[in-house]
Amino acid sequence: MQYQWDFGFLLQYKALIGVGVLYTVGFTIATALSGLVVGCLVALLRLSHLRAATWVVTAFIEIFRCTPVLVQLVWCYYALPILTGLELTPATAAFLTLTLYGASFYGEIIRGGIISVDMGQWDAGRALGMRRSQLMRRVVLPQAMRRMVPPLVNQTVLQLKNTSLLSVLAVPDLLYQGQLITSASYRPLETYTMIAVIYFAILFPLTRLAHRLEARPGH
Amino acid sequence: MSNTRMIELVGVQKSFGTLQVLKDISLTVEKGAVVALIGPSGSGKSTLLRSINLLTVPNSGFIRVGDHSMDFSSTQTLPRDRDLAAFRARTGMVFQGFNLFPHMTVEQNVMEGPVTVLRTPKAAARDQARALLAKVGLADKAEMRPDSLSGGQKQRVAIARALAMKPDVMLFDEATSALDPELVGEVLAVIRSLAAEGMTMLLVTHEMAFARDVADRVVFMRDGCVVEEGPARQVIEQPSHPATQAFLSHFHNGLA
Repeated sequence: MQYQWDFGFLLQYKALIGVGVLYTVGFTIATALSGLVVGCLVALLRLSHLRAATWVVTAFIEIFRCTPVLVQLVWCYYALPILTGLELTPATAAFLTLTLYGASFYGEIIRGGIISVDMGQWDAGRALGMRRSQLMRRVVLPQAMRRMVPPLVNQTVLQLKNTSLLSVLAVPDLLYQGQLITSASYRPLETYTMIAVIYFAILFPLTRLAHRLEARPGH
Repeated sequence: MSNTRMIELVGVQKSFGTLQVLKDISLTVEKGAVVALIGPSGSGKSTLLRSINLLTVPNSGFIRVGDHSMDFSSTQTLPRDRDLAAFRARTGMVFQGFNLFPHMTVEQNVMEGPVTVLRTPKAAARDQARALLAKVGLADKAEMRPDSLSGGQKQRVAIARALAMKPDVMLFDEATSALDPELVGEVLAVIRSLAAEGMTMLLVTHEMAFARDVADRVVFMRDGCVVEEGPARQVIEQPSHPATQAFLSHFHNGLA
């Protein structure tokens, strides 16, 4: 017997889906911003000459890069309260985990961008009498930024897809809403197809943007 | 402070790991003098030049440029960022690889030091940049990006950028070595005119004829030591030390 595709029933869940989109996009934007801020700090600490700071930050980056984000989420929500007595709501645990996970990758992208700037540029800025902060702001970062933007956009694409893992903590993101709809309608094929289409519709323009930024002739 | 000596180095030493690049160098440069540093590659002349504006921080010794001095003989701690910056702001440096800021126009390159470091108002910095670009013959390139210029033009912009800080001394680190032969002359002409204006200058160079004609004194270095120094014409035409003679014998074609 042929499977009868029917997407029509999904219309009645459009409010639920809307909430899911809001959570997915909202968490992506929030954790991308917080991840960039923490990532900047991480990069600067790794580039500093403070040996202890470099060591701690490197350990942090490797722990978050080398373990699955799903495990991190579960660990942060269930294990952290037992170890520290700190009770986190699912949303807070999710925000914290995705921020730090994102920061570990963003931090390495930012660090790579900074060290890719030619040493002669540092020499030239220093020779003019610039202080470290002026050199960063006026000479290094403007040049590093062009190289950092495409990989940062790519990492943000991954960050958005990682928000689908929030469903394990019952945060009502797009995937979680899909699971709800599936259990009510018993039509997982249509439901997950629609979820995939929505993810694609959000991310495709973003990857196109990254591609355009890569193609732009830079220094 | 002696007011005729613009640069004073005493017992400057620098090692990279186990390699001693500068072995107890002492050197003075009079105000308005032009001194050429010559020697084989690896002799430490670029490191010496870079330690004068502390791009390379010596392990020990004393360095004075104008009113600013730093003593490295007693302290083990690195100088503070602020002190290094203030010291460097008094010297201008021109690099072999130009090192212009590619994300700025030519004019912005020249304005950058005064605006960011000296807090000069933009309008005044722009006027000064225009005047300096005119002086190096590039008034019409102000709005261009550095990557659209020839090597010789880039290096003249770099000279204007360094001059914009109104430095006490100018340091040239093989300023013509990366240039096509036909572009060397235009850069040397600018350096020559600075010499005529009385700018105190220290040049690391392989242009022996230029060193002989423009420099007041020549310092020959080998293996991190000053082997011979004296009046330019004398050192280049009648070197007294065998090492200097051997080195200069490679250049005799160019000195005709």
